[in-house]
Amino acid sequence: MSSNQPLSNDIGAELPEEQRLKPPVFLEPGKTPVVVVDDVHLKYRVFASGKKVTRVNSRVKRKGRLREIHALQGVSMVAYEGDSIGVIGTNGSGKSTLMKAISGILPIDAGAVWASSRPSFLGVGAAMIKQLSGEKNVILGGLAVGMSRSEIKAKFDHIVDFAGIRDFIDLPMETYSSGMVERLKFSIAAAREHDILIIDEALAVGDQDFRRRSEARMRELASGAGCVFLVSHSMKSILDTCNRAIWLDKGIVKMDGPAIDVCRAYAAAQGAPLDD
Amino acid sequence: MTSLATLAASAKLSRVGTRPPLLKYLRDFYQRRAFAFTMARYSLQAATTKSSLGAAWHVVVPALQIGVYGVIFGVLFSSLRPPHFVPYLMVGIVLFQYITGCFTEGARAITSNGSLVRSLDFPRILLPVSAVVSNALRVVPLIGLMLIGLVLSGELPSLGWTWLIPDFVLMTMFAAGATMISARLTVHTEDVNQLLPFVVRILFYLSGVFWNIDKMIHIAVLKPILHYNPIHLYMAIARAGLIQGYTVTAMDWIVAAAWAVAILVLGTLFFWQAEEKYGRNV
Repeated sequence: MSSNQPLSNDIGAELPEEQRLKPPVFLEPGKTPVVVVDDVHLKYRVFASGKKVTRVNSRVKRKGRLREIHALQGVSMVAYEGDSIGVIGTNGSGKSTLMKAISGILPIDAGAVWASSRPSFLGVGAAMIKQLSGEKNVILGGLAVGMSRSEIKAKFDHIVDFAGIRDFIDLPMETYSSGMVERLKFSIAAAREHDILIIDEALAVGDQDFRRRSEARMRELASGAGCVFLVSHSMKSILDTCNRAIWLDKGIVKMDGPAIDVCRAYAAAQGAPLDD
Repeated sequence: MTSLATLAASAKLSRVGTRPPLLKYLRDFYQRRAFAFTMARYSLQAATTKSSLGAAWHVVVPALQIGVYGVIFGVLFSSLRPPHFVPYLMVGIVLFQYITGCFTEGARAITSNGSLVRSLDFPRILLPVSAVVSNALRVVPLIGLMLIGLVLSGELPSLGWTWLIPDFVLMTMFAAGATMISARLTVHTEDVNQLLPFVVRILFYLSGVFWNIDKMIHIAVLKPILHYNPIHLYMAIARAGLIQGYTVTAMDWIVAAAWAVAILVLGTLFFWQAEEKYGRNV
């Protein structure tokens, strides 16, 4: 949005200056904002190797061998206390990029992100070492998400039981099934209290029982003064956990509002309407 | 100011993705230090579980090197060798490998941990520090073996052996600073990794690992430069403490300490200045 555009909830009240239509920012006056994303742009610069793409892609610009991908093209949104927000969109629409911009992991090129506390990314998997036992990975993962040694010690049993891997805790993690690994990752990251938590495709795996428990834990995390972002392709996950959803399309917000409305519109656009 | 900026300001939100001030950064680092130490220890364990000799390789490789250089310079070029050659060489190889190993392996601290940097938020300086810790954990048993080797080759333990402790602290500070510099440079351009072996090779010949640099070089201008080269100083101090007949001056200690502090401070500042960019460049 341009800098002098008034904040408004009336769809189509004013057209933004860019050619592509962006809906006005979804605002809920009276609630306390915890994350404010203001016209965020983010470009990836990558070295092009291999053949030139023949189809013209508006988000890719070439500067010699350096190719620029304009992954976020002016995203604005406000998240409030107690919100749990589903983030949906096709592959490459900028969902994960937006989450990394919000958590401050990726530096943005223009715009700004404000938050009540540093948002934490549920990305503990990258810190784990698959040759080591589950037990050592709980310690390492716990330290990676910012828990202290004594905190990990106190929560160790809870983490192991939540993941349901007590029988395998002394085995190397490479012997675990992918579902077990995902469950362990979620259990470690969710064991800590987060004010603002970002979960990227974590709950797609795992069995029914684990899914139910992890969704309950997410609602619990969002219920305090915090807020949860959930990136997922599963409309069911989003409808079960989120009160609100944001639909990203080619680097801009296409729709922002109550989860059911946004999911329904997205599913219809994907050619797979929701069967309620 | 945009209207969203006003909204953020009125809710007292703070800006995300900006580099923290230096003091806060160092405080965060100190709070999260257990992560660096545990990561160093565990990745060392993981790296050695799959090889049949396991952790023994950390000892076998330097022992082979001592053997190779011992034969070349002890037998073939015997006119070049300093007195007490075997102890001289052992101290040289072990300490040189430690210092240069830190900043060559640590150069990839950020680039080889790309997914970690892109998915978790922590002071990035933990990664080069973890690389240094991992090297230190490997060298401590090696130093123990080196001391046994010294006794076997006729050196007697004396009070001077305790010099090794402050000397080790100083060289670790120096190595940590150098590692932070090489880690950031590698993020900007991977080409640094191709050049580092040459840097190490040059230092290897100029730091007096297997010959006495003070006696080898007769160009007056170069003498003090080579003598006060930090890597040479750390080895010279260790030799003065451990081996009979070698000495260092108070000036050597002072310069060695100055190098350690200067490079550590410089490296920390240099690394911190790009803190918010590490997620992008890997």
